Amino acid sequence: MAINWFKYASPPAFYPLAGKMAPWFLALAALLGAAGLYIGFFAAPTDFQQGDSYRIIFIHVPAAWMSMLIYVVMAFWAGLGLAFNTRLSSMMAHALAPTGALMTFIALWTGALWGKPTWGTWWVWDARLTSELILLFLYIGYMSLAAAIDDPRKADKASAVLALVGVVNVPIIYFSVQWWNTLHQGASVSITRSPSMAAIMLWGMLVMVFAFWSYCIGAVLMRVRHIILERERHAAWISEV
Amino acid sequence: MAAGAAAAFWAVLERDLLIALRRRADVLTTFFFFVIVVSLFPLGIGPEPGTLREIAPGVVWVSALLAAMLSLARMFSGDFADGTLEQLVLTPQPLTLLVLAKVAAHWLTTGLPLVLIGPLLGLQFDLPVDELWILVLSLLIGTPSLSMIGAVGAALTLGVRGGGALTSLLVLPLYVPVLIFGAGAVAATANGTGAGGHLSLLGAMLMLSLVFAPWAIGAALKISLE
Repeated sequence: MAINWFKYASPPAFYPLAGKMAPWFLALAALLGAAGLYIGFFAAPTDFQQGDSYRIIFIHVPAAWMSMLIYVVMAFWAGLGLAFNTRLSSMMAHALAPTGALMTFIALWTGALWGKPTWGTWWVWDARLTSELILLFLYIGYMSLAAAIDDPRKADKASAVLALVGVVNVPIIYFSVQWWNTLHQGASVSITRSPSMAAIMLWGMLVMVFAFWSYCIGAVLMRVRHIILERERHAAWISEV
Repeated sequence: MAAGAAAAFWAVLERDLLIALRRRADVLTTFFFFVIVVSLFPLGIGPEPGTLREIAPGVVWVSALLAAMLSLARMFSGDFADGTLEQLVLTPQPLTLLVLAKVAAHWLTTGLPLVLIGPLLGLQFDLPVDELWILVLSLLIGTPSLSMIGAVGAALTLGVRGGGALTSLLVLPLYVPVLIFGAGAVAATANGTGAGGHLSLLGAMLMLSLVFAPWAIGAALKISLE
């Protein structure tokens, strides 16, 4: 059976679909999250170097992955909206930004909590931490620009250009920060050296990654529904839902 | 067509330079802002020469970033207000070229003065001669990129509420690589590793922004003029 994908590019068609999908993803996120946390807190053994403090990895790593991935996905939808002038693509980009910023913030916050017991400091100007911080600034800039322009279609296009400029810059920023870091403070802290991880820890992390994926998809679908309602409030089909 | 495009480029450049010459105060404000900000750091940190020598590249570069940002608002706002910008977008000449002329004029009036005063400010921080040269060279290669990237932000925030503060929010994170390699070039000279790599990367970023930024600026201007 062939699915007509373009059908769901129209807000009236996508709105009910998103409404049907979002609860499933959120339920899946809760289920996987519970399983992942159980593995993380009870099944996984205590690390012989870091003790129990390493257990924050089960939140930290998935959040950091999502924070970077969501920026790319956001730029993808923004670019699609700019190129094909599809309203829903731009709405998706706007819906992704707050979740991406939240993931970046969680990654930074849990990183600080993890850094205190293991490195003895809340914050180091490590390449990954610094580029994650700049990623947060990029999210904030994107959201501020979108919020500052009253005309939604104009806001879509302007923020899309910014997202595309940002996505070109993200790798440049990452590598420049990495080089800057190696020049300035040597290898006082190394989180690149990965000790061979016990299989159960890896499983816990994988489950948590899928939990974060499901949460992000569910949350973004919920948010895009709100954006559709807000933007299309004058349309006739809204009064029918 | 090619000759017409070149003529249009020079006409826009000449016009913008002439306007800058007529409104000298605008250009001088940015310049003195840069000088004052750089001079504030020793007052805040203390006059210890060793410390000053160490922080000089960073201080000069951060101040250059702020000064470049401060002047961004003026880049398109005057032309936007009196309708010139609309006419520029409507001309048959390629918009990317006209935008490039405007960015070039912006750099000549705000970036170049910073490059020229750089060595004097470096002397205030007790930088040795070879580091002074690298500082000037890094500013010379790096500040055009600042104008390029900044113009994208300025074009996007044209006629938007709270434009100035918003521009800095958009542009400053994108300035990070230029800051790192600009200040890094001077620091690398100081510790003897050589500034070649940093300067090459600054050059690479300039080339990259020369190719991509005019397109992004043009697209942003068209959106702002809708």
